[in-house]
Amino acid sequence: MSSRCRARLAALAALALLSACDREERQSRAQPVPETLPTPRQSILQPGVPARTAADPRARAYENNSYQMSQGQLLYQKMNCSGCHAHGGGGMGPALSDAEWRYGGSMEEIVATIDQGRPNGMPSWRGKLTEQQMWQLAAYVRSLSAQPRQDVLSSRPDAPSSTEPATLQSRQPVVPSSPAGVQGTSR
Amino acid sequence: MTGGGGLQGEQFNRLFTLFMGITGFFYVLVIVGMLAGIAIRGRAAGTERGERLARTALLGWIAAVVLGLTVLTVGSYASERRVSAAIPARPPLEVQITANQWWWDITYKNAVPANELRTANELHLPVGVPVKVTLKSNDVIHSFWIPSLAGKQDLIPGRVNDLLLLPTRTGQFRGQCAEFCGTQHAHMALDVTVEPVASFRRWQQAQLAPAAPPSTPLAQAGHDLVMSQQCASCHAIAGTPASARFGPDLTHLASRRSIAAGTLPMTRGHLYAWIADPQGVKPGNNMPYIGFDSAKLHAVVAYLQGLK
Repeated sequence: MSSRCRARLAALAALALLSACDREERQSRAQPVPETLPTPRQSILQPGVPARTAADPRARAYENNSYQMSQGQLLYQKMNCSGCHAHGGGGMGPALSDAEWRYGGSMEEIVATIDQGRPNGMPSWRGKLTEQQMWQLAAYVRSLSAQPRQDVLSSRPDAPSSTEPATLQSRQPVVPSSPAGVQGTSR
Repeated sequence: MTGGGGLQGEQFNRLFTLFMGITGFFYVLVIVGMLAGIAIRGRAAGTERGERLARTALLGWIAAVVLGLTVLTVGSYASERRVSAAIPARPPLEVQITANQWWWDITYKNAVPANELRTANELHLPVGVPVKVTLKSNDVIHSFWIPSLAGKQDLIPGRVNDLLLLPTRTGQFRGQCAEFCGTQHAHMALDVTVEPVASFRRWQQAQLAPAAPPSTPLAQAGHDLVMSQQCASCHAIAGTPASARFGPDLTHLASRRSIAAGTLPMTRGHLYAWIADPQGVKPGNNMPYIGFDSAKLHAVVAYLQGLK
């Protein structure tokens, strides 16, 4: 095989690789997957114990999707989440950019928290936001701790901000916190 | 080229005509001179008469250029003076326009807060009254453009721009975002009405009034839905508990000419279409799919139609 032939084959192979590039789909309608009401859980919830929520197919559709995440960021500002949680660092409400989740940090658990509200100040947003908006918010809240893939994070914040863009933050390993480690019991 | 509905537009048109006339004259002059040169050159080259002719032509050319440039400079200076003389530094009317993806938030400023009027996507101006338009943006760069009245001006997040307008002719005009601002940039229009001062005052008084209370049981049910469902999280309706500022103000929604920033004409059917599936009409906009069933949809539309 001549060197030119090899070069051509290499170029063809590179072209074939391009076909593997995938473009993110933008779903502005509320129903990327059928809407079903999450069943409200009221009994088994204990602070510090990871809540057991059934896996929802929507978690995958919304997490790691930059459009949904940026819509969530818009809602985070407009619905005044930053009034209590600041821009992830926490204030009157708990921080959202650390590894501690009082009521669970999975997409489903965050949506349940937004939907139902939680003791000590977190209001229920059921009927105030659509489910789609709650999933978008959850996707953004997950991104505050740099959990999603780096390529879907925004490289610049929408508002003037002194924090580094999420793409420059390194992903920290998530250490499940022990029940004793939360709510200030061991500190 | 802008139209002749405003002072700036008229002045611009006049200047454009002057510019076209003078540059057109020079264009013809050059062509004629060149053809004449080709015709004469063969016969008069090298002779004394030819030399004289060339010198005269050069002097004439310089004089014409100087004269033309002088007329253009004076014309542009004069129209600039006309505009600045007609519009005072602090015009009697001040309107603040905030651009959002993809709609216009409009506030008529007033020293008395109770007389400050907020509306969306519809701008009314009194004819012959200078108005100062303050331009802001909430998200990305937009551009404010009413071709019939004046040129474009950008709305930049974090900055305040302004534009002075003086409408000289009554009529209905269209404004349009003139800077690409996202997927629905094309559906970001502004309905502009220039009307006599008396009818502008009437419009202003009508818009300052709180929303009309629901008049039928169906509209009452719609009112209750709008207040208790997601609508009130984003929209404001004066005189009701709904007071959020994320979405357009709905206080006098039914009195406007169009829905969703010029996307659809204001009719009952289009209101149904818009509320039933906002993403079908204007994909990507921030109004979510609520999922009202038909009974609720009837009620909500009945209420919104009463917001005259």
